[in-house]
Amino acid sequence: MEHLISLFIKAVFVENMALAFFLGMCTFLALSKKVETAIGLGIAVVIVLAVTVPVNNLLYQNLLAEGALDWAGLPNVDLSFLGLLSYIGVIAAIVQILEMTLDKYMPALYNALGVFLPLITVNCAIMGASLFMVERDYNFSESLVYGVGAGIGWALAIAALAGIREKLKYSDVPAGLRGLGITFITVGLMSLGFMSFSGVQL
Amino acid sequence: MSDVKKVLFGPILSNNPIALQILGICSALAVTSSLSVSLVMSIALTLVTAFSNLFIAVIRSHIPNSIRIIVQMIIIASLVIVVDQVLKAFAFEISKQLSVFVGLIITNCIVMGRAEAYAMKNGPAMSFLDGIGNGLGYSAMLIIVGFFRELLGAGKLFGVPVLETVQNGGWYQPNGLMLLPPSAFFVIGLVIWALRAYKKEQVEEPEFTIAKNSRSQEAL
Repeated sequence: MEHLISLFIKAVFVENMALAFFLGMCTFLALSKKVETAIGLGIAVVIVLAVTVPVNNLLYQNLLAEGALDWAGLPNVDLSFLGLLSYIGVIAAIVQILEMTLDKYMPALYNALGVFLPLITVNCAIMGASLFMVERDYNFSESLVYGVGAGIGWALAIAALAGIREKLKYSDVPAGLRGLGITFITVGLMSLGFMSFSGVQL
Repeated sequence: MSDVKKVLFGPILSNNPIALQILGICSALAVTSSLSVSLVMSIALTLVTAFSNLFIAVIRSHIPNSIRIIVQMIIIASLVIVVDQVLKAFAFEISKQLSVFVGLIITNCIVMGRAEAYAMKNGPAMSFLDGIGNGLGYSAMLIIVGFFRELLGAGKLFGVPVLETVQNGGWYQPNGLMLLPPSAFFVIGLVIWALRAYKKEQVEEPEFTIAKNSRSQEAL
């Protein structure tokens, strides 16, 4: 249990998806102008990560890893090279299913998430979390905790950036730096701030 | 002819995927701490973009509209698997340094964005060139960032010492900040500033302008 809690804290702060690994940067920079949209997108990312990382974990452990097909009488088959294709397929399918389920049973949440759900398929943070899960050999419960933690970390970062940008628009920025340029520098400073977590041992 | 030139070289300065379209930023930040890794990443991404554009343009009129995203994904993912396996076979050290970022080319918005915006509407030859052009725009940014980070952070270029560092008895005090990930943000931010100072039309409109001082006392 203690191990899982420390994994969670690590995924949220020390190894923050957005500010330590720079994943999901495109949406992070493009959709962080308003706090409201940022929070909506953040919630969507948490939900999708919490589902896709464990599912990809099951897929990897039971079908793709070396020797995983033992139960089917094929102990020498190693399908891990198919990983990339399967993970993205799983992510695309789950996002689609989630979209339809939310539309039917939770229309309020569906309307709030709006266009962000389909966009999430191509968010590198989702794919990145699955790849990190494989690279670090997490088991099922670890991957569940890691998925939720990584999602919350990303949501926290985009909400914070949106808060800063809402205030930043009142400042007098040099012409060439306006918009994207100053956002890059702001994120750089935020990421320096998050680096202070990097010495934390859990 | 001018069309070809525009498609091929336009994305480098006037329509740079990173500086203007906000596409493909994730990998630009994470792999640029040394020049050789950024070069390999640039080549990989340029090839994937060019060939995915080519294949998608070839079959574009046969793809049903409702499942086009999945079809594009499968083409892109297959190409990335090829690149990943080739890197693992012939450049294992660099593939270790790139870690998950080769796999993340799949979700790199440049590849997807160009497939959706250009290859679905244009012929194979032009789409291929568009892929190369956008790959070059991305590469240019990556190599500039990689150049400054490796030169200022370690005093080296491609691992060869250029500025002799203090530790090795030279004169250059390396700037450790440049090796840390956040410096990539600062370098890209400054490159965007330089680019927009040169190409004035890319400057964004301010959302909010500060009113002029109406009375002289306010200025004091």
